[in-house]
Amino acid sequence: MTGHPGRLTGKVAVVTGGGSGIGRAAALRFASDGAAVLVADVAGESADKVAAEIAGSGGRAVAMTVDVSDPAQADAMVASAIDEFGGVDILMTAAGVLSFGSATQTDPQAWNRVIAINLTGTFLAARAVIGPMAERGGGSIITVSSSTGAHDASPGNVAYVTSKGGVAMLTKALAIDHAAEGIRVNAIAPGPTATPMLGSVMTEDEMRRFGEAMPIGRLARPEELAAAAAFLASDDASYVTGAVIAVDGGQTAKVGITLADLGTIARQQQ
Amino acid sequence: MTRFSGKTVLVVGGAQGMGLACARRFAAEGANLVLFDIEDDTVDAAAASLRADSHAVESVTGDVSVAADVERAVAATVSRFGGLDVLVHTAGIVKLKPILEFDERSWRRIVDVNLTGVFLTTKAAGRVMAERRAGAIVVFASTNAFFAEESNAPYSATKGGIVMFVRNAAMDLARHGIRINAIDPGIIDTRLSRALVHDPVAGPDYLKRIPAGRYGTPDDIAKVVLFLASDDASYMTGEDVIVDGGLTLGANLGIDDLGLQSAGD
Repeated sequence: MTGHPGRLTGKVAVVTGGGSGIGRAAALRFASDGAAVLVADVAGESADKVAAEIAGSGGRAVAMTVDVSDPAQADAMVASAIDEFGGVDILMTAAGVLSFGSATQTDPQAWNRVIAINLTGTFLAARAVIGPMAERGGGSIITVSSSTGAHDASPGNVAYVTSKGGVAMLTKALAIDHAAEGIRVNAIAPGPTATPMLGSVMTEDEMRRFGEAMPIGRLARPEELAAAAAFLASDDASYVTGAVIAVDGGQTAKVGITLADLGTIARQQQ
Repeated sequence: MTRFSGKTVLVVGGAQGMGLACARRFAAEGANLVLFDIEDDTVDAAAASLRADSHAVESVTGDVSVAADVERAVAATVSRFGGLDVLVHTAGIVKLKPILEFDERSWRRIVDVNLTGVFLTTKAAGRVMAERRAGAIVVFASTNAFFAEESNAPYSATKGGIVMFVRNAAMDLARHGIRINAIDPGIIDTRLSRALVHDPVAGPDYLKRIPAGRYGTPDDIAKVVLFLASDDASYMTGEDVIVDGGLTLGANLGIDDLGLQSAGD
C-alpha cells in the first residue's frame, strides 16, 4: 500500500484528528498522493509532528491546534487552509473520542462531550468548508463513522455508537444537500483498528485476541483506513456520494463480535 | 497507476457495458485479462479491441449458470496466465413485468443467471485463488438489493440475494486469504437501462431524483471496482458499496414541490 503519487496532486486536504491514528495515516496518505495538507488536532504537538513528517518527505503541510467542538475554531481551521494553500478540496473528519457505558452509566456531561466532538465536530467542520468548497467547484468530504454505530449497536457503548450513527446520517444528509454544488460526502466505517485510541483501552494481548476474532483474522492498520479515504477523496469515487463504507474485515457482515467479548468494558467500568 | 501489473483478472460479463469498462481499466493498469460472456461475437470483439492496444486478453464464451462453462473459463484463465488474482462478476439479466403476470420460466432464468451464476463463479475462482491463499472478488449487486421498483421483483430479489451471499462468502473465504465485496450501481447508462436513460420524457424526469444531477457511466463503476480489487481495500470484505450519485439517499418526499422549505423561513 504505497499510495498513488499524483492522484491528489494540486488538491488541498484538511484532516481533523490528524495528529494520531486514522487521521494521521490519512494525512500522510493524502500527502503521499500529492495533496497539501492542513493537519488539525486538539493535541497541537501531535499535529506538528505529522506536518513535519510530511514536510520531511518532501510534501506540503501545516499544523494547527483545533478543538473541533468549537464553531469558531472550525471556521478558523478552514480559513487557515485557504490562506495557506488557496482553498480546500478535501475534508476528512477523523477527530473522535471513544467512550464506554450504558445510559445509566453515562452522566450527561460525558454524553455531551462525546456528541460534541464526534457528531457536532463533524457537522461544524463540514459546515465551515462547504461554502468555500462549493465556490471552488466542488470537493470531497470524508467522515469517520464506525462499524459499531453505522448500523449496529454495541453493548455498554451508548454515547459512542449514537454519535457514530449520527455521523452516518449526517453524511447522507450533507450528501443530498450539496451534491448539486459538486460536493461528495461519504463515510468510512472502520472496524477495530490498531490505533492509540484502541490501545488506550486494551492491552496488547487483548488487541491481538480481538484481531484474531475478526473474520479477516487481524485488526485493521490505520493505513488501510487511509487508503479507503484516499479513494473517496479522489476522482475514482466520482459517482460515490452518501455512501457509508465499512472497512472492517467483515465484522459487520457477521453477527456478534463486540468489545464486550473480551471483558474490556467490564474493566472500563471498574 | 499500475496496481494490477502482472495480475490476472477474469471479467464475467466482460463483453460490454460495465464489464467492458472494468476490463479496459484493468488492462490499462497492466493486468492480463480473460473476458467471459454469453455472446461469442461481442466477447470476441471486446477482446480484439483490447488486444489492438497490445493488452494480453483471452475470450471465453459460455453461460454463467452452467457450472461446466464457468469451470472451463477458470481453467482457460489458469492455463493461459498461470493463476487468477481477481474475479469481477457483472453478468446479469432483467425482465420488467408485475409478478402476477411473471412467467415461472423467466423467474428461474433470472435466478439462474444472476444468483446461481455468482455462486458458480465465486466457487470456481475461489478454489483456484485458495491454492495461492490470495485473491479478490468483486460481484455486481445493485441499489435494487435494498430499494424496490415496480415490475422488477425477480431482478431485485437476486440482487438482494447477492448482497447476503457476499457477506456469507466473505466468512468462508477469509481463511483462504480471499476478499469478496459487492458493488451496488444505481442508474448507469448501459444496455440494461438504455430505455429509461435515453427516453426523451422519462430520462430527464427520473434524473431529478439523482442528487448528483447525472446518470452514472460505466467508467464511474469501473473505478470503484478497481479500488475494491486493489490492495487499497485490503481490510474490506463482506461489504457492498453503493455507487449511485445519491439516488437512494433520501425518501423522495417532494418537499420542494410542496413549497415547505420556504414555509419554514
